[in-house]
Amino acid sequence: MIELSSICKSFNGREVLKDVSAVFAKGKCTFVIGASGGGKSVLMKCMVGLVTPDSGKVDFDGRSFYGLDYQNKKMLRQEIGMLFQGGALFDSLSVEDNVAFPLRMLSNMNKSELMDRVNFCLKRVNLENVNQLYPSNISGGMKKRVGIARAIAMNPKYLFCDEPNSGLDPLTSRVIDELIVEITEEYGITTVINSHDIKSVFDMGDHIVFIYQGKRLWEGNKSEIQDSGVFELQEFIKASRF
Amino acid sequence: MKFLSRLGSYLLFLAACFRKPDKWRMFWRAFFNEVYKMGNDSFGIVAIISLFIGAVTVIQFGSQLQGSLVPMTILGRIVRDANILEFSPTIVALVMAGKIGSNIASEIGTMKVSEQIDALEIMGINAASYVALPKILAAIFAIPALVICSMFLSNVGGAISCFFSEMVTVDIYIQGLRMDFNGFFVTHSLTKAFFSSFLIATISSYNGYITEGGALEVGSASTMAVVQSCIAIIFFDYILTQLMLY
Repeated sequence: MIELSSICKSFNGREVLKDVSAVFAKGKCTFVIGASGGGKSVLMKCMVGLVTPDSGKVDFDGRSFYGLDYQNKKMLRQEIGMLFQGGALFDSLSVEDNVAFPLRMLSNMNKSELMDRVNFCLKRVNLENVNQLYPSNISGGMKKRVGIARAIAMNPKYLFCDEPNSGLDPLTSRVIDELIVEITEEYGITTVINSHDIKSVFDMGDHIVFIYQGKRLWEGNKSEIQDSGVFELQEFIKASRF
Repeated sequence: MKFLSRLGSYLLFLAACFRKPDKWRMFWRAFFNEVYKMGNDSFGIVAIISLFIGAVTVIQFGSQLQGSLVPMTILGRIVRDANILEFSPTIVALVMAGKIGSNIASEIGTMKVSEQIDALEIMGINAASYVALPKILAAIFAIPALVICSMFLSNVGGAISCFFSEMVTVDIYIQGLRMDFNGFFVTHSLTKAFFSSFLIATISSYNGYITEGGALEVGSASTMAVVQSCIAIIFFDYILTQLMLY
């Protein structure tokens, strides 16, 4: 379980996150939704430690991320997998080496164990016979799948996905969504997904957090969303559907 | 104030860089790869520049000595000391700031804007150390090695110039080269090369590492890396010369 308490963040005097609190349940897919520029990405960066919040707490199963020392923070980060908006694959490494990278850096696996794990992860995301290709030679959807394979290589407890559908066609988007949900259920991962793709949210979201202008305006599940009574949320959904 | 803030951020970056690498095997692989890339790929340009600097220096000094009462053997000595003390370490460093510095800044800057650095951090890897430390240490090895080659080649360039210009014979030039050699000048030159290589690699890595935005910002970071490295090289050239030779 990931628990956010009163997260605040400003950049050059402009408040981007205003007292955001939320709970992300273990083994569930929680969607953080909201308009572009509303603070979703900054919130995710605060959760994984890429941006330090001005105040507030982020707890991973009772471990306060910002209260940990360098070594313990490093250990906790090894339990985190992240799928970036653009994939963030290493250009100079092949698909196989990209997936193997965290294993080579952080585990003591021998070569055959490592290759078994790499092939397993690539197969899990339905990618085969692409091991020797480079990120520049594969499509956007394949990059996302390689990104997922790399994120799950270390058996993470927490998975963060920043706009996993951006720039993808509806069919590929659905494949990526289904993959994330399957992996979450299969391994009992706590998954947080930033998205403004309402279709994905209604199809896949166990739990939804709505962020509006840096504030958490609403939190609940998809059956409650229509009766939320929050005007901004209703407007956001209406705008996304038409 | 902005300068102090930047200096502080640069020092913090250095502190992050000089942490123990996460995996020594991966570090050594990256280090040797960088040494090869920096040394091998830069040797050609260093050789051409050094030969011509030596050749031009002989003509410049030779033309001033001609007709004077000073014996022409002094030409070889002047050219040798000028090359060892100043031309080789400083000009090679400035050329390397342009070649290696811009390469380092744009490589790390591109990694930063495409979130590859963030991906490293998320994995629990010390990104500053992983991307910059092999480059910094490789530069500290490769650039002084290039400076040593440059010292030799610039004197060879001088000899070639003597041969073609007939200002002095090659024998007299070589006689001058062997006159009153002071080994400390080489130490001084290599000290400057060491400092220059450290400055080039760290300033360029830092500029790449703090890049935010897109392609335009990567270009700016690359330009800033070269400009700042050149200024730092010249500044430390003066300081070290003052401290070691005066």
